[in-house]
Amino acid sequence: MNEEIDEGLRSQLQRQGVWVTSIQELYNWGRKNSIWPLQFGLACCAIEMIATAASRYDIARFGGEVFRPSPRQADLMIVAGTVTKKMAPQIVRLYNQMADPKYVIAMGACAISGGPFKQGYNVLKGIDRYIPVDVYIPGCPPRPEALLHAFMELQRKIDEQKLSGAHKATHLEAEQPSEFPVPAFGKHDLEPPANPNVFRPPAIERQS
Amino acid sequence: MTPNPYLFIVIFIGVALVFPLIPLALAWLWRRVFQPPKPGPEKNAIYECGVESLGEAQIQFRSQYYLYAIIFLIFDVEAIFLVPFAVAFVGLPVGAFIAILVFLLLLIEGLVWAWSKGCLQWGTIEH
Repeated sequence: MNEEIDEGLRSQLQRQGVWVTSIQELYNWGRKNSIWPLQFGLACCAIEMIATAASRYDIARFGGEVFRPSPRQADLMIVAGTVTKKMAPQIVRLYNQMADPKYVIAMGACAISGGPFKQGYNVLKGIDRYIPVDVYIPGCPPRPEALLHAFMELQRKIDEQKLSGAHKATHLEAEQPSEFPVPAFGKHDLEPPANPNVFRPPAIERQS
Repeated sequence: MTPNPYLFIVIFIGVALVFPLIPLALAWLWRRVFQPPKPGPEKNAIYECGVESLGEAQIQFRSQYYLYAIIFLIFDVEAIFLVPFAVAFVGLPVGAFIAILVFLLLLIEGLVWAWSKGCLQWGTIEH
């Protein structure tokens, strides 16, 4: 499976009517064209998400129109909107309850960093403090095209996931966790304020 | 030679069994070969829209709506039986007549009781 088929041979076979594939390609092709999102909106970004699912932008063209009301049936969590500190434990719990493989799109400035409420006391400064995020979409709110672009990026990411070998997808690794600790309400803040195993902020390099 | 007409049912049952069993077997194989299961306390917890579920699911409900049930019986179910009773009234034997009379009396008793409870008044019920 690690041995890739020669592209020239493949196209020549295809011209003769022989279609060659691998289990990995078939698996990823099936998964990326049928991503079921969790029906889950938090703030104004959810309105854009609804518009994306409606007829004008039509996420069904990419196989993502089946919004599921239960995390058991969902592949993708679109964190659409402001994540308040009161809502964060619920989001992490919903993510934990989703079946593997599962993906997260952080939609909008609030979901990726806290956005305009970053300096506030009650808004989480990015959902990536608790759960691993696959695609970030900037914008306040992002337009439906931006969500579609993120969806296509996620499809590209799924398409490149390996089924075996050293760099196989994380959901196939037995040691990789499928659920993450749910933060609790502390006296002043959520405890812990971030999950160090998940949250890896980029190191700021200052020139002296 | 014509096949046994019941042969199709046997074939149908066979297909109906094999058709769902193949995906289940494939899923089982997939789990064994590629995807290790990762159950956990959070993942296996009861889904309650993200919040922790409280208490038991098997609880008793108070019968707050018994009055509606009684009135439904009187005005709806009784009417269904009354129409065929009225149509077949002339040809009914005495036993059937008495039986339907008992049924009517039971429901009329319920109506009197509901009336005395004040259920037929518009507005709030005062117990």
